[in-house]
Amino acid sequence: MPSTALDIQAIRKDFPILQREINGYPLVYFDNAATSQTPQLVIDAITKYYSYYNANIHRGVHTLAQEATEAYEFARKVVQGHFNAKHNHEIIFTSGTTHSINIVTHGFRSVLKPGDEVLVSAMEHHSNIVPVQMLCDYTGAVLKVIPMDEEGDLILDTYRDLLNDKTRLVFFNHVSNALGTINPVKDMIQWAHDAGAAVLIDGAQAAPHMAVDLQALDVDFYTASAHKMCGPTGIGMLYGKEEWLRMLPPYQGGGEMISEVTFEKTTYADLPHKFEAGTPNISGGIAFGVAIRYIDAIGMQNISDYEDELLQYATKKMLEIPGMRIFGTSSEKAAVISFNIEGIHPYDLGTLLDKMGIAVRTGHHCAQPIMNFYNIPGTVRASFSFYNNTAEVDALILGIERAIKMLL
Amino acid sequence: MKIADIQEEIQEEFELFDDWTQRYEHMIDLGRSLPLIDAKFKLDDNLIKGCQSKVWVHAEMEDDKLVFTADSDAIITKGIIAILIRVLSHQKPQDIIDAEMEFIDKIGLKEHLSPTRANGLVNMIKQLKLYAIAYQTQLN
Repeated sequence: MPSTALDIQAIRKDFPILQREINGYPLVYFDNAATSQTPQLVIDAITKYYSYYNANIHRGVHTLAQEATEAYEFARKVVQGHFNAKHNHEIIFTSGTTHSINIVTHGFRSVLKPGDEVLVSAMEHHSNIVPVQMLCDYTGAVLKVIPMDEEGDLILDTYRDLLNDKTRLVFFNHVSNALGTINPVKDMIQWAHDAGAAVLIDGAQAAPHMAVDLQALDVDFYTASAHKMCGPTGIGMLYGKEEWLRMLPPYQGGGEMISEVTFEKTTYADLPHKFEAGTPNISGGIAFGVAIRYIDAIGMQNISDYEDELLQYATKKMLEIPGMRIFGTSSEKAAVISFNIEGIHPYDLGTLLDKMGIAVRTGHHCAQPIMNFYNIPGTVRASFSFYNNTAEVDALILGIERAIKMLL
Repeated sequence: MKIADIQEEIQEEFELFDDWTQRYEHMIDLGRSLPLIDAKFKLDDNLIKGCQSKVWVHAEMEDDKLVFTADSDAIITKGIIAILIRVLSHQKPQDIIDAEMEFIDKIGLKEHLSPTRANGLVNMIKQLKLYAIAYQTQLN
């Protein structure tokens, strides 16, 4: 049993959705890698914004506009502090990780030349592969893939061989959404920098589960999505080192991102507004800040430790089920278990678990190249958060056993 | 049997069950009795798009009636397509085109109609009806 410092029972009370019943069973929510649940105080922050100080930011002189601007910019400082970015203006609010990635890949259109090389890892989500392919199609740069092994670890020797003086950009996730592998990002960044390449890291799956220190990592770009960190959907962040953000052209034109506009020429606003065209997701940004303060109060190290204990507990129990195969068996893993039962289609298992109130993800997890690697149509994925407990893991195990009886 | 009568028969069958376990066990049984598609028709061209599991469907005319065969790599999906085929196979194309399919709702499979469900029940119905439209066009 997890011997954590956290009072999980008290934490669970913060999440109203955990009181729900699904199909007559108490909800067991194990689809945290897709989206996390939302604590009441984050929901309250959104309600309070719309009930009390809803206004467009950065322009109005009236009180509401000032209050809203202050709250939004305070959230940016919270995000900066949480990820230990050097400057507040290195944090760009985006609609989420996909948007963040596209800002970078779009910006690199003006950086790359034909024959330049871009590396992307074999364990990427589609949202990481497609923008890079588009970038390479546009610029004539060559896309190369960092391979992975059976355990779901990147093959680092091959990675180092792939890096050369033509490599301009390297892109990989911090934690794999489909396999849970925690990549050795610090070394990987260092090696890329030694070759003169910039590094973009998709931190969507890492940020909810561990402390991320951007200055210590020395990464060039890093992304996160609020909705995987107990925040609302439709808001996330792009971190970029100041010198990169100054160099890259803006992604979208519109209000907020301009300094001066005439029909002859427009000068762009300073960072971070250069990349925040149009009225942003104000309530989302504010609530993102509240969510981060919530998880920071619990403590990222406590969260990591507890989720790791839950992962070990679940892995051990699941391996006792006959026919169980777990995909992603790296020694460095976040709390994600991707699995199949021999002879059972993941869709069938997922459907029956849902009938028992257990929410898991089934399918290819938007990472078809990984499924092709293992030659499987998909997996069932259970992903854990700090508000899950061992009783829920037990319910999952019982649910799987019951489904097996029905299906085999 | 007419389409509406078969639907009523299936509805009565499902009414015998008190809980979801029995309903799904029945569906799984139906999946196991699905009239299987000939291996030579199990082609990518005959796959129904938008399903998390693979579903192959083949249709051919026997006299004035359309006959469906199918297969899937997932057993629950097989059960769903088996129910649809039981209702729509061996019927005249025009009757298939005109068939109302609300009975799905009444046999406790409503969740499979939701657009978030990647099993593509909606796509399966559409595909069966498209076959009927194609053959009806030939008849006209």
